[in-house]
Amino acid sequence: MRLLSRKATCNTHGQDSSYFLGWEEYEKNPYDKVKNPNGIIQMGLAENQLSFDLLESWLAKNPDVSGFKRDGKSIFRELALFQDYHGLPLFKKALVDFMAEIRGNKVTFDPNHMVLTAGATSANETLMFCVAEEGDAFLLPTPYYPGFDRDLKWRTGVEIVPIQCTSSNNFRITESALEQAYQDARKRNLRVKGVLVTNPSNPLGTTLSRNEFDLLVDFIKDKETMHLISDEIYSGTVFSSPSFVSVMEILKEMTPNDAAKIWNRVHVVYSLSKDLGLPGFRVGAIYSENDAVVAAATKMSSFGLVSSQTQYLLAAMLSDNKFTKKYISENQKRLRRRQRMLVTGLQKAGIKCLKSNAGLFCWVDMRHLLCSNTFEAEMELWKKIVYQVGLNISPGSSCHCSEPGWFRVCFANMSQDTLNVAMKRVKNFVTDSTGAECGSSSACFTKSFSNWVFRLSSRDHRAPEER
Amino acid sequence: MGVMSKEQSQLLSKIATGNGHGEDSPYFDGWKAYDENPYHPTNNPHGVIQMGLAENQLTADLVEEWVMSNPEASICTPEGVTDFKAIANFQDYHGLPEFRKGVAKFMAKSRGNRVKFEAERIVMSGGATGAHEVTTFCLADPGDAFLVPTPYYPGFDRDLRWRTGVQLVPVKCESSNNFKLTKQALEDAYDKARQDNIRVKGLLITNPSNPLGTILDRATLRTIVKFINDKRIHLVCDEIYAATVFSHPGFISIAEILEEETDMECDRDLVHIVYSLSKDMGFPGFRVGIIYSYNDKVVQCARKMSSFGLVSSQTQHLLASMLNDDEFVGRFLAESAKRLGERYRVFTKGLGQVGIKCLPSNAGLFLWMDLRRLLKKATFEAEMELWRVIIHEVKINVSPGASFHCSEPGWFRVCYANMDDEAVKVSLQRIHTFVLKNKDVVVPDKKRCWQDSLRLSLIKNRRFDDIIMSPHSPIPHSPLVNATN
Repeated sequence: MRLLSRKATCNTHGQDSSYFLGWEEYEKNPYDKVKNPNGIIQMGLAENQLSFDLLESWLAKNPDVSGFKRDGKSIFRELALFQDYHGLPLFKKALVDFMAEIRGNKVTFDPNHMVLTAGATSANETLMFCVAEEGDAFLLPTPYYPGFDRDLKWRTGVEIVPIQCTSSNNFRITESALEQAYQDARKRNLRVKGVLVTNPSNPLGTTLSRNEFDLLVDFIKDKETMHLISDEIYSGTVFSSPSFVSVMEILKEMTPNDAAKIWNRVHVVYSLSKDLGLPGFRVGAIYSENDAVVAAATKMSSFGLVSSQTQYLLAAMLSDNKFTKKYISENQKRLRRRQRMLVTGLQKAGIKCLKSNAGLFCWVDMRHLLCSNTFEAEMELWKKIVYQVGLNISPGSSCHCSEPGWFRVCFANMSQDTLNVAMKRVKNFVTDSTGAECGSSSACFTKSFSNWVFRLSSRDHRAPEER
Repeated sequence: MGVMSKEQSQLLSKIATGNGHGEDSPYFDGWKAYDENPYHPTNNPHGVIQMGLAENQLTADLVEEWVMSNPEASICTPEGVTDFKAIANFQDYHGLPEFRKGVAKFMAKSRGNRVKFEAERIVMSGGATGAHEVTTFCLADPGDAFLVPTPYYPGFDRDLRWRTGVQLVPVKCESSNNFKLTKQALEDAYDKARQDNIRVKGLLITNPSNPLGTILDRATLRTIVKFINDKRIHLVCDEIYAATVFSHPGFISIAEILEEETDMECDRDLVHIVYSLSKDMGFPGFRVGIIYSYNDKVVQCARKMSSFGLVSSQTQHLLASMLNDDEFVGRFLAESAKRLGERYRVFTKGLGQVGIKCLPSNAGLFLWMDLRRLLKKATFEAEMELWRVIIHEVKINVSPGASFHCSEPGWFRVCYANMDDEAVKVSLQRIHTFVLKNKDVVVPDKKRCWQDSLRLSLIKNRRFDDIIMSPHSPIPHSPLVNATN
């Protein structure tokens, strides 16, 4: 009898993906301005480190919170004991208000329809457990966040079937791609339970267009057991037009007849990891108008509640409307500036990015630097960028992109100086390698690469927590 | 949740629409009575006193004092805010190194430093709830089973089974030997499972026990280790109440058995510990669950799964500081045991004064009360009736043994560490009042053993009902006879 479970011995956790392999190199040789100026710069980590000073100054002005006090009285005991899976009411109220504010107050959320979870990782898995099971599939537009392979599939037994999007139309979802995905699932004898989109998109950095929304709504409208899940974890990172349109807004705008068909099959996932830059605090949420989903998900949240200490801190912070207003707008300003720096810097090296208006990264087109239009060539290029250029970026294949040559490059997890250094390196690399031959050193790269993959997949390596 | 429409049941998964969440258990019913009418010393002095909640509130002042005196442990204070950015950003599922070190030290210290724990094997989870589910996901496939000695914590029905598809097979323990776990019971349960074509993957023990409050002795632990090695099944030891041991005999962790009983063969790859700070330190709200496995592959797999329930880095940071404060930890553990012991003595004495016996125990946050003599009949229906009387007349929420899958009716778990001294007095007062109101009903201590042996001999010849109902019987009427529902 096998000693461990099948789940423990398979690799559906997805950690052998190349997405995580570059980390090892970064960890061995991390860039430091002073101590290791030739080290690898981490650009594979979708973190928002641009606005911590705003949070820190809020803390300085709010000593009650740090002292576990409310109106001068200590509430430490109550917090220490508070494990109600309905969550701290003040926190849920503050969170829904914050979400509404991010959406320009065009929609409101009812705290009773919100379930708190330990990060969006847990939110996405929990939602899967509620709406699908083994033998079912969800359709996801490619490219998508590699973590979904673990979050949606691993312990749930649910499958992901890709909706192939291509550069020909800037990776927008098309009706034919949607239909094709549906047919692919059926061919594999999978029951399609719905579509999951990330809006704004990771890794594209774009927001869903109204046309895409129409397609999605039409697709699920008359299929009564199909859900639409919108992961809006990057909703607060939209820094330029077109402005963000949440799926909840789409619902609100629909005719009552149409809305009636789908209101209880649309669900939103959120988190404070990207918008507020607090991934360590593990704050995720599921929002649904479907009472049965909320009821089941609430019970499941027992497996990953948000620490009461953290709920308390964030309840206070997010209830401060003056603060949240200022934070949202300043954060977006800084993201916009930073994205422009990256785009311009890459432009100077003759590298284009997909036009984006959100996210903590750009979707970079390096197809012209490939030796051949293959994923092997993409891997070769990626290794050059990691080893020669010293940048850890994420290859499109790890995001299940259907075309080789695209890379996700993050810009919000480093200082401005470091970004400048990265841009200089890219420029030098491109200048130096113009005219350089493809394939000359690729053979030995390929060999050492596969050895490296072998070594890595058998070890418990670090930190695949990011998006 | 109302009746589910057909569409709704197809719209959602079986897991979501079934009742594997276990919340329909009577364990939770008493809560409703409490929620609707909670006791408060001034605002609602006649409300229901919550004694169904195994919380440790006795040492909150110590922890609070530490937190206030160590502002740098918080990332929100002026003293600690310089760490804010790094901590807020930290989501590595290995956890903060200092946090893991602190937990390993605390675990060792609460076992008298008789064993050491490696920080590298500490894996985080969303409370012990999350730890149990992750451990089950790692060790078993849908359809597999875990053996669990009864009576056991009702939450296991959800934690080990709900989303994993794994089953639980009870190992019957009986009052005749104080609910000790025997080799025979283990073998019987295992054999029965095999006969039913159920693949047993492991044995789950809670030591100290919930709801019994007792600890496993060395001989039993050795029996268990031999059993799981013989059968090649896993052993999961939930030691969540390890530091609640307040008197002799001392706690023996499975870790000690592994280290010390070297004459026994034990495959360490089969041994795993589930732990949490919710009971020992009394902060369930902070969601600190720990999986400690001696099996490297399980550590690796559980670590990946911990992504679904990491401990907030803010909390890790606070606790790293607290648990590495050796002076505080030493003082805390000593004081906690002292206070729990005192509370135990006060409560058992109070119950004894009205002839209510409890299983002798030396750990946990509760007592396993023997109310069999108050049952109308030796049935679970009678147990439910008695329970309703306790909730509605005595106005105390206790947990009926049936909800712990006890094989015999009449046992109740009553928690005593989740209230202050005043509330203890009030609850004992209520029990006294109730029992004395039915005073010809309860026999004082010294007459009891005479009565017991008389009853036994009577039982041999007469139906239990007859004995209870007969006006001439020396056996007291159950209060249920006079009770109104």
